[in-house]
Amino acid sequence: MKLDWLVFRSETISLRIDRRVPPMLLCLAVAVVVAMVMNLGQGEYPISPLDIVKTVLGIDTGNPDHAFVIDNLRLPRTLVAVMVGMALGVAGTIFQGITRNPLADPSIIGINAGAGLAAVAIIVLLPTAPIYALPLSAFGGALLMAGLIYSLAWNNGSSPVLFILMGVGLSAIASAFTSLMITFGNIYSVSDALVWLAGSVYGRTWEQVFSFLPWLIVFVPMALILARHLNALNLGDDVAKGLGTRVEWQRGLLVLVGVALAGAAVATAGMIGFVGLIAPHIGRQLVGTNHQGLIPISTLLGGMLVVIADFLGRTMFAPIEIPCGIVTAAVGAPYFLYLLIRNRKK
Amino acid sequence: MTKATTASPINWHKPKISPFLGLILGILILLVCLVFSVTLGAAEIPINKILASFIIFDGSYEHLVIQTVRLPRSLIALLVGSALAVAGALMQGLTRNPLADPGILGIESGAALAVVATTFVFGSSSLNVLTLVAFLGAGVTAMLVYLIGSLGKGGATPLNLTIAGAAITALISSVMTAMLIVSQRTLEEIRFWLAGSLAGRDINILLSALPFVVIGLVVAFALGRQITTMSLGEDVAKGLGQQTGWVKITTAISVVLLAGSSVSLAGPVGFIGLIVPHIVRFFIKADYCWILPYSAVLGATLLLIADIAARVLLKPQEIPVGVMTALVGAPFFVYLAKSKVRK
Repeated sequence: MKLDWLVFRSETISLRIDRRVPPMLLCLAVAVVVAMVMNLGQGEYPISPLDIVKTVLGIDTGNPDHAFVIDNLRLPRTLVAVMVGMALGVAGTIFQGITRNPLADPSIIGINAGAGLAAVAIIVLLPTAPIYALPLSAFGGALLMAGLIYSLAWNNGSSPVLFILMGVGLSAIASAFTSLMITFGNIYSVSDALVWLAGSVYGRTWEQVFSFLPWLIVFVPMALILARHLNALNLGDDVAKGLGTRVEWQRGLLVLVGVALAGAAVATAGMIGFVGLIAPHIGRQLVGTNHQGLIPISTLLGGMLVVIADFLGRTMFAPIEIPCGIVTAAVGAPYFLYLLIRNRKK
Repeated sequence: MTKATTASPINWHKPKISPFLGLILGILILLVCLVFSVTLGAAEIPINKILASFIIFDGSYEHLVIQTVRLPRSLIALLVGSALAVAGALMQGLTRNPLADPGILGIESGAALAVVATTFVFGSSSLNVLTLVAFLGAGVTAMLVYLIGSLGKGGATPLNLTIAGAAITALISSVMTAMLIVSQRTLEEIRFWLAGSLAGRDINILLSALPFVVIGLVVAFALGRQITTMSLGEDVAKGLGQQTGWVKITTAISVVLLAGSSVSLAGPVGFIGLIVPHIVRFFIKADYCWILPYSAVLGATLLLIADIAARVLLKPQEIPVGVMTALVGAPFFVYLAKSKVRK
């Protein structure tokens, strides 16, 4: 029998993935590293790839500026970009799986809008708030929003279609309040808030890297463990119930994981849209729809996308820097269109 | 039974009272709200002074406030409210989509982007230019959203259109954010307008948009019968011999005129176009010959009330009226999505 699947089983974990997944993971991992090195080398002070690798590994290049530029400025920024992208990629995969809608994305269904409102409120209303308050409030906003959407979408059980519609409606109200803050705030804090709203990894430091890392370490593996339930939910609630999935419980848990990742990402880097839409799609084209393989693939794809978006945003119109959220939106919207067309033919 | 109901192709939902009388009643309520709107504010001006300012204008401070501040503002609210409500009713009737609304489907944000972009590139522009630009933005976005929405599986379903609108809005708002980040001048000029506000609008901006709103409304009212037929479904409409292509194009022109001019007057004000037609259909089931004028009256009334509330609630601070309508509209949206969209 020709093996299309690789199966790993132990007492607690059962993993069944497409044969294409391991080589693809390897390729993507290489691509992510290449993208990161590229991003590290670019800027007002260009550094050659070899020197970058040496500096990151702690080997002296004979130029103390290299160590400063990379270790203090570019490396934390690039790491934040990768991690945020990874989180968004996983969150997008989860939301698309739960809603059974290939067009769902944290930015379209309103999770980001909730986080954005909470963070803008902090920037505008409490400009003196300590820096760690920002991610906390953004995460709180995302959680609150998701809770509202989830409970409003309850109609004898949570309904995937309502989930999307409620998200759109609630994000309209969130953005009305965001405009309120923008209208009445002090013009300088409003400018800050806008940069943040646009989604940017500008000026991120090691502090952000280390406060974001735990979220990835906890929730990405959790997403992997829950992936087989996502497969079942994707067949429709009735089939999933027939297969013995406790539908509401699993879906609730998955929403929590998705919100934690999306919320932490928005908290760290603002509203970077469409990554959660694009990454799972490319992933499905590469390795198929099985979520156990898809989740690690879209994790890497998401990371790669944000690093490239940051790279493009920094270099396209240098010295003016375009926030990477705007680059992803500019790429994401046409991609969305393409998906709709392709989806119709199925 | 009145003449208009007999003329309509549908008469199985007979209204309980004559729709004509109902409309008169609606207009009376609207006038009462208009008077309140002119009376209430930072300084409360009694009604006899208001009347006096028209009959014998004496140039006093109160008369000036009435003529240059209060009245234009109230009239703009009236105009914007009716324009948005009729645009919403047209869209809901034509697409049979209970969630259609110029705000939800991104048309308002398209008009807003056009205005922001013009301010970004040329600095302040004349009102006429901004109005035209807003039309252009509204028109392009309307086409885009409809096109994208109908590309999805199953055609232009409520879900597909809503998602397409949300995606376009996401794109537009990030482009807009980019412009506002790069140019703080644009931000200062535009931010108050962006939240959807009626404050500080004078009579000139009203006059520059008035003709377009009137044309939009007249075209809409003339389309009443066609929309009624279209609301039975496109196939039925074709079967009844309707030139559906022309109806769609004319309706789209009217929607763009109405939504575009309302954005140029007041910035993006959400949910009026969503809520009003539903309330109206509670009284008048299927006849768009009546639904459209009713929507115009009720939309104007609602926006006047919202604007009064926006001015009075946090006196002397003022809440942008777009925030007020979102506060009222979002719960309504939730209710509609739950009850009207088939899963």
